[in-house]
Amino acid sequence: MGRQLLLDNLDKPGINTLNGYQETGGYESLRKALQMKPEDIVAEVQKSGLRGRGGAGFPTGMKWSFLAKPPGEPRYLICNADESEPGTFKDRYLMQRKPHILIEGMIISSFALGANTSFIYIRGEMMYVYHILQKAIDEAYAAGYLGKNILGSGFDLDLHVHCGAGAYICGEETALLESLEGKRGNPRIKPPFPAVKGLWGCPTVVNNVETIAAVVPIIRITGEEYAKIGIGKSTGTKLISASGHINKPGVYEIELGVPVEEFIYSEQYCGGIRNGKKLKAVVAGGSSVPVLPAELILKTANGEPRLMTYESLAEGGFATGTMLGSGGFIVMDEDTSVVKNVWNFSRFYHHESCGQCSPCREGTGWMYKILSRLLDGKGETKDIDLLWDIQRKIEGKTICPFGDAAAWPVAAAIRHFRSEFEQYIKNGKSDVKHYYRINNLQEI
Amino acid sequence: MATNKEIKFSDDALALIEKIIKRYPEGKHKSAILPILHIAQAEFDGWLSPEVMDYVASVLKIQPIEVYEVATFYTMFNLKPVGKCLIEVCHTGPCWLMGAEDVVRYIEKKLGIKNGETTADGMFTLKTVECLASCGTAPMMQIGETYHENLTLEKVDTILEEHRNAGVRRTHWEKEKIKS
Ligand SMILES: Cc1cc2nc3c(=O)[nH]c(=O)nc-3n(C[C@H](O)[C@H](O)[C@H](O)COP(=O)(O)O)c2cc1C
Ligand code: SF4
Ligand code: FES
Repeated sequence: MGRQLLLDNLDKPGINTLNGYQETGGYESLRKALQMKPEDIVAEVQKSGLRGRGGAGFPTGMKWSFLAKPPGEPRYLICNADESEPGTFKDRYLMQRKPHILIEGMIISSFALGANTSFIYIRGEMMYVYHILQKAIDEAYAAGYLGKNILGSGFDLDLHVHCGAGAYICGEETALLESLEGKRGNPRIKPPFPAVKGLWGCPTVVNNVETIAAVVPIIRITGEEYAKIGIGKSTGTKLISASGHINKPGVYEIELGVPVEEFIYSEQYCGGIRNGKKLKAVVAGGSSVPVLPAELILKTANGEPRLMTYESLAEGGFATGTMLGSGGFIVMDEDTSVVKNVWNFSRFYHHESCGQCSPCREGTGWMYKILSRLLDGKGETKDIDLLWDIQRKIEGKTICPFGDAAAWPVAAAIRHFRSEFEQYIKNGKSDVKHYYRINNLQEI
Repeated sequence: MATNKEIKFSDDALALIEKIIKRYPEGKHKSAILPILHIAQAEFDGWLSPEVMDYVASVLKIQPIEVYEVATFYTMFNLKPVGKCLIEVCHTGPCWLMGAEDVVRYIEKKLGIKNGETTADGMFTLKTVECLASCGTAPMMQIGETYHENLTLEKVDTILEEHRNAGVRRTHWEKEKIKS
């Protein structure tokens, strides 16, 4: 196991409380940061090479440096704890087990950005985690880490947790801002970007839970040390949510650069495919990224071992590669129907489209309907081309990247598993298993 | 199940709502709408009737249409009465790979209802939901604020039995957490 900067001490009793967290060195980074100049903290994060852990991988230090600072106007830092991308469950795990690392990261980051009011936007389904965070915030106020004149630094910060109410789209940062303003979660047209006009029209930074938590170890070990972990532009550690047909599903903190093969098969991580089955396919970065067949996820088209980095997973473009995305690593064994899996995802995107743009609103519905027809054994060969055509007409033609996220899984399934679609059309249904059973169940 | 009772938040709820509204800057109180609607579901039988929505609008001093717009957008708000125990089974990809369809089918058969329906005694409503960020412990379902993970059919039996015996209403913002 590589260095554990976020998940260290998780088994220590009481790590979810202020005292337990402090006993492991918690809030030392905050003390250190408050001795620094805010711009030096931003510089430290830039040096670390940290990239946004919410999915897009945008360099965090650069994002912070873009924040407009018009005099007399408040600035806001928002933590995106909406975590709704299918296959992703790392943020919930971290917040539940170690809420204070997020609180400490929020205080340091707010100080760096000059924000005096900050919010954590958590999806409403995770209401029990909302209460965990509220308790941690209360403890931090009582300890003088929040409120007025924090630890005598002269810096004031109010931190609040805010709950959503069920809408995947509210993870998109501008939809999140609308939702936080008490409206429907309809993404905004960009520009203006949140860094200029965000929450209530004020300059705003939105960062993922894991991104903000990573600021704590970066301040502790320095940006330079953090950047030594990983490969090239993929620095530091990353939380991977591993699910599906593996022996050891769960959240793993990896040093970026671990070979995919090691991640899937080693005992330290996923422990191989369950029931001795063979690997068929992987969705490596949450439901929105292209699915890859076993041979392409383990090795690039050039035969190089594929690594868990932003660059290596993307190698070959969409023709033969994919994306690290949010790190939602979904593993499918040899019995899985890729067609049924993409049908399932298409239902998800159809259900979650906010409905503002016609290509997304209508296209997701059409894709779902055509895939349903295919699964029912009523598909025709021309349906495959039709699906391809529809996803092409969504991609890049919408207000927010949700459209792409809905299009890519369909495109990749056709690109890599076309014969499986043809099988459904020819045989009515594929000879691969239609659905999975729990517990080796025989009959219900 | 429509309530004839007077629609009014409990004192605890009103105190909590006041506290929540203070989190947002002066004049931005509309931001409190999602938390308040969750609290309303906890206080008023687990769903948002038009009367409850109008009442929330009056408490928040905004137009009723602003509440309807929001309540109809977010899936966690029930616009129809639901059973005391809303069973939300995740049916998205990773849970599907681990047998979520069996869980749904089993509960349908056990309770004699279809997805979306409520049992005649008003105890259970079954609803499929999208990924709840618990895919590593699939299949899973949520009742109230509680995540039930690594489900087996035996576990489902036990959980439903416990709820039937307890007979209390569960909501995402649990009623006992309205204090403070
Ligand atoms: C449809 C959609 C859903 C998203 N969901 C999330 C999410 O649940 N959590 C998250 O952190 N980012 C999500 N994002 C990305 C955010 O828009 C934003 O890029 C991110 O929060 C920025 O933080 P980061 O730079 O720290 O990654 C989503 C984006 C899209 C288009
Ligand atoms: S792409 Fe889809 S989700 Fe995004 S704004 Fe358009 S309709 Fe809404
Ligand atoms: S797919 Fe069910 S919790 Fe993620």
